[in-house]
Amino acid sequence: MNTTIMLFLVQDGITNGAIYALLGLALVLVFAVTRVILIPQGEFVTYGALTYASLAAGQMPGTAKLALALGIGAFGFDLFVARKALHARLIVRSLITNVVLPAIVLALTLYFAAQKPPVAVCIALSLVIVAMIGLYLYRIAFQPLAHTSVLVLLIASVGVHLALQGLGLLFFGAEGQRGPTVLSGAFTAGALRFTGQSITVYAITIAFIVGLWLFFGLTLYGKALRATAVNRLGARLAGIRTTLSGQIAFLLASVIGALSGILIVPITTLYYDSGFLIGLKGFVAAIIGGLVSYPLTAVAALVVGIVEAFSSFYASNYKEVIVFMLLIPVLLLRSLAAPAVEEEKD
Amino acid sequence: MQSRLPIIVFAAVMAAIPFVPGMPPFWIVLLDNIGLAALVAMGLVLLTGVGGLTSFGQAAFVGFGAYTTAVLSTAYGLSPWLTLPLSLVVSGSLAVLLGLITVRLSGHYLPLGTLAWGLGLFYLFSKLEFLGRNDGISAIPPLSIGSFKMLSPGSIYYAIWVAVILSALLTMNLLDSRTGRAIRALRRGHVAAEAFGVHTPRAKLLVFIHAAVLAGLSGWLYAHLQRAVNPTPFGAHMGIEYLFIAVVGGAGYVWGGVLGAAIVVVLKEVLQSYLPLILPGSGQVETIVFGIMLVALLQLAPGGLWPWLMSFLPERTSGRKPDTSLKLEHRARAPAETGVLLQVEKARKQFGGVVAVNNVSFDVKAREIVALIGPNGAGKSTTFNLITGVLSATSGSISVLGRKVDNAPPQEIVKLGISRTFQHVKLVPDMTVLENVAIGAHLRGHSGPISSMLRLDRTDEAKLLAEAARQIERVGLTEQMHQLAGSLSLGQQRIVEIARALCVDPMLLLLDEPAAGLRHMEKQRLATLLRELRDGGMSVLLVEHDMGFVMNLADRIVVLDFGTKIAEGTPATIKSNPEVIKAYLGVAA
Repeated sequence: MNTTIMLFLVQDGITNGAIYALLGLALVLVFAVTRVILIPQGEFVTYGALTYASLAAGQMPGTAKLALALGIGAFGFDLFVARKALHARLIVRSLITNVVLPAIVLALTLYFAAQKPPVAVCIALSLVIVAMIGLYLYRIAFQPLAHTSVLVLLIASVGVHLALQGLGLLFFGAEGQRGPTVLSGAFTAGALRFTGQSITVYAITIAFIVGLWLFFGLTLYGKALRATAVNRLGARLAGIRTTLSGQIAFLLASVIGALSGILIVPITTLYYDSGFLIGLKGFVAAIIGGLVSYPLTAVAALVVGIVEAFSSFYASNYKEVIVFMLLIPVLLLRSLAAPAVEEEKD
Repeated sequence: MQSRLPIIVFAAVMAAIPFVPGMPPFWIVLLDNIGLAALVAMGLVLLTGVGGLTSFGQAAFVGFGAYTTAVLSTAYGLSPWLTLPLSLVVSGSLAVLLGLITVRLSGHYLPLGTLAWGLGLFYLFSKLEFLGRNDGISAIPPLSIGSFKMLSPGSIYYAIWVAVILSALLTMNLLDSRTGRAIRALRRGHVAAEAFGVHTPRAKLLVFIHAAVLAGLSGWLYAHLQRAVNPTPFGAHMGIEYLFIAVVGGAGYVWGGVLGAAIVVVLKEVLQSYLPLILPGSGQVETIVFGIMLVALLQLAPGGLWPWLMSFLPERTSGRKPDTSLKLEHRARAPAETGVLLQVEKARKQFGGVVAVNNVSFDVKAREIVALIGPNGAGKSTTFNLITGVLSATSGSISVLGRKVDNAPPQEIVKLGISRTFQHVKLVPDMTVLENVAIGAHLRGHSGPISSMLRLDRTDEAKLLAEAARQIERVGLTEQMHQLAGSLSLGQQRIVEIARALCVDPMLLLLDEPAAGLRHMEKQRLATLLRELRDGGMSVLLVEHDMGFVMNLADRIVVLDFGTKIAEGTPATIKSNPEVIKAYLGVAA
């Protein structure tokens, strides 16, 4: 084998792997806190990417309107739940976070979309829009189901995925899009050429991993989230609002998803339905990481990325087969070392 | 268990539908699709709703069934009727292979694992040359009987619905049997089922195979209905769709699978054909609406629609008392169950640095009630778990009737005639008291899954239920026999556990805090029962905190404190033992 090719494949694998790592982290986070297996994670990726690409191309993304619509829905849910004890403060707070905020963002998006805004503005707007979508989705779809089984949450998650994917087609059309690079320029080191984009991918992935680690290790909210993950009831008894933990988890997941999308859309063309497969590869990493360990997930994601790069070079037909079958030996190992603990389900 | 009448009516209605004058042919196509989906969903009901194993990979098994018959009937010209068993065997044996890898995965690994191989197999279908890659295989011969070829959707309709109704019957028969009870106990964790001899990995594999064979059957029918196969219907999306068919219908109910299939297939069809009229525009509006409706449905009825519909029917409090005159053969006994039954010698259990049980030795003789007492955290329940094989000892030995049983699994310990109850009640709450207790007699029955499906197990089954009913009567819960175990008070649930343990026909009964949660009268009744059992030749080892209860009942008491035995003797000597008083009260009295 040619060393240059190998190095090139490894580099390609690491770039993709970094994205999978980000998604894997988000999946682990959401699952641990809310028990939701977040299939729509892939839609956060495409929404982020395509919103960014549309804005950069001077088009108005439909996601901004969706955020407002979902926000109004969330406001309705808030009012309905609190209908027995409505008071002004609650209404105003809910109105501001769920309706006023997305309305302002929509106005900003309308303003900027008309005049091909700079990259930084596109990124900021896309992140905020997708973050709001994530937050309101939790309120509307998952918070009312928080007490049900993992299976029901999973099916709801599938429902959300289907709806979002359909909306994605509506907003962005069937054609793929590419966005402008976040950081242009490139340099070469030996045989390898590093683009500004891939450096950005590495930097942001590392920043996020460190950031999450600090967030969970040092902040009170991070600790509250961990407590919710370990024991929901116990966390509630200790005064942690588990719905708040869920909201934070979804907020983080949607931001991470959107960011991943923005990072890859300059490298590969994304379609409205590309997210599912990308999200699933993040999944593979998350499973290898056991859905609990962040560092293990990150390492696994890099392995997935590298395996994918190599198999697309040597057996491109079987690329997906190889990536998903990668799990089987991992699962085998896990079942050989199966813990003898009793699980109390339901 | 259930009356056959509704099923016969249902079958008759389904048989009559094609003869309804003016029935649009398209409706028959829909019904065909419903039947195909129902078969897969039924397997998932057993796998996911009853067995607690979530699988996203069922579409792959449909694919195995469909591709097997497609390849064999086109490339090799085999008759479709010959490929039917082959399709089922292929799906079934691949289920064994994948099942061996995946069913032992716990919790959320399992669904994700199935999702992964489901996806992998889908891509494999679309890449393999001999499966026609993305184009698939076409020109599959139709099903035919003599010269009658089932070419139209209306003619294969009967084949599909006969398959659906037969599968539903077989599945329900399976659930209502010795094997079925073992399967239904799976969702509540392993420990309780294994303590009565259920081989849980085997039971899981069994449901996995059952579900895969049903999916394979659906695939076989699909291939001969469409007369062409391609990879698309076997992808991850379909795997997910089958799962939500089961959940929407009611994942715990066989007919929920059929109902779910009907709802989802019809809903999709309606959305696809009428939505564009209301909301003209590009794109997959129906997918959006479908997704939203799914979430809404789950929020309104998280348990699925079947149980929700059933709650409108008048409740049936049927359930005959089993004929208790039927005798069940006793457990095969060792020649001499006398002398020392159980010998614990220097048993030690360490969890990391914590020594939960520290070189504890004691024995239980025949016809003796021994109590194991000690403050909380003294290691009593851990000792129970060591004896029953739930945990393996770090060192030391445990022998039953002089034979060492170190590290034998729980299924082997119960065969020796040692049965137990649990400190935290481990019953299956949605099974009746009778069914829960009958799990105790699991090892005394012999019928396997096949004979259960075909109802050849009825004599065996009647004897098991009779034994369960006898033990329920013995502990005084005859009136609650047909209630769901989850509806009983905690004290009564403990008594149910005792009845279940008695069903083993044990020589030694291990009771973990049996009197907790009982009222005074109930405690006295329990003490009387335990004395009777001892006088009948059984030994009892119990952990208990109620000193009055223990002191009046036990022949001998072993006291543990911080994992170490600090005293042993008759109730009278224990009461005045300074060590014991210190352990309980903190100071020497």
